Amino acid sequence: MEQLRWLPEDPEWRRRVRALSDAETIWCDCVALANYRLDFTKTGLLDETVRLRHKEAPPPKTGGKPVRLAILASSTVAHLHAGIRVAGLRRNIHIATYENDYGQYLQELLDPSSSLHAFAPNEVLFAFDAYHLAQGLHAALSQESATALLDRALSQIETCWSLAREKFQCAVIQQTVLDVFPALLGNNEQRLPGSRSRFVTELNARLRSQADAAGVDILALDDACRRDGLSTWHDPALWSRSKQEVRPALSPTYGELVGRIIAARQGRSYKCLVLDLDNTLWGGVVGDDGLDGLVLGQGSALGEGFVAVQEYAKDLARRGVILAVSSKNDHANAIEPFQSHPEMVLRPNDIAAFRANWQDKASNIRAIAEELNIGLDSLVFLDDNPFERNLVRQELPMVAVPEVPDDDPSLVPYVLADAGYFESLAVTAEDRERTAQYQENRAREELKASATDMASYLKSLEMRLVWSRFDKVGQQRVVQLINKTNQFNLTTRRYTTEDVEAIMADPKSFGLQLRLLDRFGDNGIIAIIIGRMLEESIVTIDTWLMSCRVLGRQVEPTTLILIAEQARALGARRLVGDYIPTAKNGMVKDHYEKLGFTVTERREDGSSTAELNLETFTPAETFIETTESTPP
Amino acid sequence: MSTTVEIYAALTEIFNDVFNRDDMILTPELSAKDVKGWDSFKQIEIILGVEERYSIRLNTKEIDSLKCVGDLASVILKKTS
Repeated sequence: MEQLRWLPEDPEWRRRVRALSDAETIWCDCVALANYRLDFTKTGLLDETVRLRHKEAPPPKTGGKPVRLAILASSTVAHLHAGIRVAGLRRNIHIATYENDYGQYLQELLDPSSSLHAFAPNEVLFAFDAYHLAQGLHAALSQESATALLDRALSQIETCWSLAREKFQCAVIQQTVLDVFPALLGNNEQRLPGSRSRFVTELNARLRSQADAAGVDILALDDACRRDGLSTWHDPALWSRSKQEVRPALSPTYGELVGRIIAARQGRSYKCLVLDLDNTLWGGVVGDDGLDGLVLGQGSALGEGFVAVQEYAKDLARRGVILAVSSKNDHANAIEPFQSHPEMVLRPNDIAAFRANWQDKASNIRAIAEELNIGLDSLVFLDDNPFERNLVRQELPMVAVPEVPDDDPSLVPYVLADAGYFESLAVTAEDRERTAQYQENRAREELKASATDMASYLKSLEMRLVWSRFDKVGQQRVVQLINKTNQFNLTTRRYTTEDVEAIMADPKSFGLQLRLLDRFGDNGIIAIIIGRMLEESIVTIDTWLMSCRVLGRQVEPTTLILIAEQARALGARRLVGDYIPTAKNGMVKDHYEKLGFTVTERREDGSSTAELNLETFTPAETFIETTESTPP
Repeated sequence: MSTTVEIYAALTEIFNDVFNRDDMILTPELSAKDVKGWDSFKQIEIILGVEERYSIRLNTKEIDSLKCVGDLASVILKKTS
């Protein structure tokens, strides 16, 4: 198994690492170097290079929230830290790691003076090896005794989760168990109650439902092992030698799996798959070969392979990934197969942004990001042509461009899946409706073009702003938005699920989720507000973020009216808002001024504080009707 | 098949990577006590580097019998010829 096979190789990689010297840019340089195909040795080398400068403390500016990950394990995992940290680096997230003393995970959790408590993790990964969990199992056991052992293991794990959360208010990840045991019966192993192999199978199934119920995320090592084979992941000789359950060679892959969960928790998974057409979605060149000449569908192995690519893309779209097209073609030629080729799985409605022209692909990809109002760093670009791939990598290093096998399209879905770009921890109803939302946007654009002036356009939209306090149902989406909104975000404060729960429980704070509906449909949750009463009679707007796709629709002044009402309800007479500049949020620099706030302080770093007197505040008139959503 | 010279060149690169240095000089007699930081964990890294480089797998007996760089070079020579 070739590890990280979707990442490109660079023969100059070692030279580039050794040439790193500039202390100021070393983190950024290493982020770039982490995005190559790295084996165990290279991963270790890069990790050491970064740690020379950024061992415990993260660099001042990273993409995501710094993570302090404690790996609580029953055997040795020292060989896996580098893989995890480099997987974070690959995503511009600083991860500091900790590992308990051998076998002491429970003692350390319980002992407030332990080095685990001193480390103060904000994420905990429980990694229990199969030998540890299956203690006591043997082939002569009765069904009752085997079940009792299973129940005991599950309840001990649950206790660990509760302890970790109670002590650290942290997120919890639970690794599933590797089935390292040789079979005793064989094909029908399920008929032997005391089989350790059967025990692991049942444990993994029940771990999943227990984790779902408890809000714990699963690290599916068992699935990875099923795909790659046990001997890839586990070496019994190494277990005997050094109690390493996962082979050290797999550290880069293991780290990737952990890194994805961490990134997804911060809302930093990729969102959009940009597809090339000729020889990516179908065989042949539509401009030359014509509709009838395309290799697609039944009748040829290659044609079936392209159908498999399309089916995978379509399923990704059904669960919330946005699809776009970037192709060097005449538009009419490029769109024709989507409209009239009988074997096409993807149809025009599946594509949220369609760019077929003769410009270079980097420009087109930029235009797609702009049209969809998402960051370039949320795009994945799939193209069979190595030239185009390299061009895009060079021009737009923040776009993910997987290496794909050029000989067989059937393999492409597996590469995309292995790369884990679109890792998601939950499926929200909004995810399912995403493509429809982008189509509704197009309809709005068309109406805008036909309306004679802005006011009549806005009026004709029949907008309704439906708001509610943060609640359990919307929580996933709220956390997602808090962590991935970069542009319209006044303070760019990132919060975890636990932070959001704390806001829900605090009577001196309010968290609002706002949804915008109009005659074309539901735009989904488009804005998040967190207000806190930090001083008597003053409410500070801790967080104000909004989706850029509803810009220019009077949502901001309408939202302010709502915030003012909420603040007054807490007894506030003044409203205070901060602007904290980042590389991406320049668009909201004057946000509060535009809304009638008075700037009270401007600082050298570009940040500012503004204030609004609620006693003299006059609400603006807008074309948006505001209602509180009634709980179901 | 690799020559002894080639093996030492490859091992030098692996050792440099593992110890994050660029000045390692390998001799057949060199062993863990001569290199700062060469512990059991680094030992595993070195073996892994060798296994990946040559697409070979060293078994427990072979690993246990490694006392110095020369032993490692002979195992590689034996397994790749």
